[in-house]
Amino acid sequence: MSTLSTKHRGAPDPMDFFAPATWAEALETKAARPDAVPISGGTDVMVELNFDLRRPSALMDLGRIRELKEWDVVGGTVHLGAAVPYARIISDLADRLPALAMAARTVGSPQIRNRATVGGNLGTASPAGDAHPALLATGAVVEAESFRGVRHIPIGGFFTGVKHSALASDELIRAVLIPTAAGPQQFSKVGSRNAMVIAVCSFALALDLDRRTVGTGIGSAGPTPLVARAAERFLAGALDWTNLTVSVSAAQRFGELVADAASPIDDVRGTAAYRRHALAVLATRALRWIRTTGTATNRGKEPVPA
Amino acid sequence: MTEPEETASATTPATTARTGLAHRPADNRAVGGTLRLSVTINGQDRSAPAVPPGASLLTALREHFALPGSKNACEQGECGSCTVYLDGEAVCSCLVAAGQAEGRTVRTVEGLAEGGAPDAVQRAFIECGAVQCGFCTPGLVVTVHDLVHQRLIHEDGPPDEAVIREALAGNLCRCTGYEKIIEAVRQAAGELRSARGRVTQ
Repeated sequence: MSTLSTKHRGAPDPMDFFAPATWAEALETKAARPDAVPISGGTDVMVELNFDLRRPSALMDLGRIRELKEWDVVGGTVHLGAAVPYARIISDLADRLPALAMAARTVGSPQIRNRATVGGNLGTASPAGDAHPALLATGAVVEAESFRGVRHIPIGGFFTGVKHSALASDELIRAVLIPTAAGPQQFSKVGSRNAMVIAVCSFALALDLDRRTVGTGIGSAGPTPLVARAAERFLAGALDWTNLTVSVSAAQRFGELVADAASPIDDVRGTAAYRRHALAVLATRALRWIRTTGTATNRGKEPVPA
Repeated sequence: MTEPEETASATTPATTARTGLAHRPADNRAVGGTLRLSVTINGQDRSAPAVPPGASLLTALREHFALPGSKNACEQGECGSCTVYLDGEAVCSCLVAAGQAEGRTVRTVEGLAEGGAPDAVQRAFIECGAVQCGFCTPGLVVTVHDLVHQRLIHEDGPPDEAVIREALAGNLCRCTGYEKIIEAVRQAAGELRSARGRVTQ
């Protein structure tokens, strides 16, 4: 590692740097320079630069664009600016977006949460991104924009491969549109410690009590973040929606179906078999937590006893 | 240590021609290699003539502003040894691109002491023996400074061990086992609270 720290001391590789003051200027720059790598919190991009894993010909700092750091609620949907840091999601949005806020609490460390953003997580599109399971479980929509116009990309179609997304080279992520919770949500993550870990695997669950639908999201157990559709359908049918209870055997079956939806590999963080097993545990545990923590959403629903 | 000035002047014209951005205002962009970086550091307006924009703020602080207090260890935000305040928030300076700090306010561990006297956190680290090899200490001191002052601002009361461990989760120490560090956090928090109590009385 020590050899890496000397690389800036010689003649630098030419790297252009853009710091647009407005969103319009950012879109114009990205159109002219699709090679410009967007940077906001820097918690992914700078690691690649520091370790010389990537030498982009240009960087574009999105940190001066005010609206990217704001959030708003429009018609029951949270419009989360792409550069709102995780610390703000925890402090401002835990009631409206419980699963995402729980995931945010597991991101890195306080220093990382002060900088890292959901927009950056999406831009990197790692299968292990902490935000992704919650975004999948809640049916979020990615708002991307280029000088050609705005595109709303449902999260289910956003991840196209390992660290690849549906974003075009001239597009930037402006916001993520996330429905306000309509029922209890949970997120959990397996790692070697409680901080600073890339997920070995992770799982999010979101119940919609109005529509009586189930949303799931699986992280770090496939080439992309995944949903467990069969598990969602099964639980929607097996759940007692009034009392939010399921039989023990149905909870186990739900866990198995979540594990079946994953396509993990063996890697440095864990084996495929361990990931499948852990996902089944996380999924049944999420069900239990939902029953014991109730539905404390901002819609004023009463907590449901265990 | 610093990039030679002629590097910038030699590469800029060619790159400008290549990108066709010569007409752009120069205040918020750098084309071809290095930028003049102006940052308010520890209350002073500082400027460095030729910083690679993709170098980290940590590199800029250590090698262009001669402030080696912030330590360079992991370069991936894992160890917290490079923690500084950026616009009042504790961040890993290794994960901030130097160009992103343009026009911003940075406070490093060198800027915590007032009038040459160590601040409450620095004193507590010394008095509790919370320093062994010392490499992680500057980052820990800034993180703890942030923790105890946030607790004061929000009137959250003294931090318990769970709060302290959570707040320090991004700072690695390989010597002390954290016990004396946690003791130092408690002492600093207590000292600041009683100092504030005296002021309010």
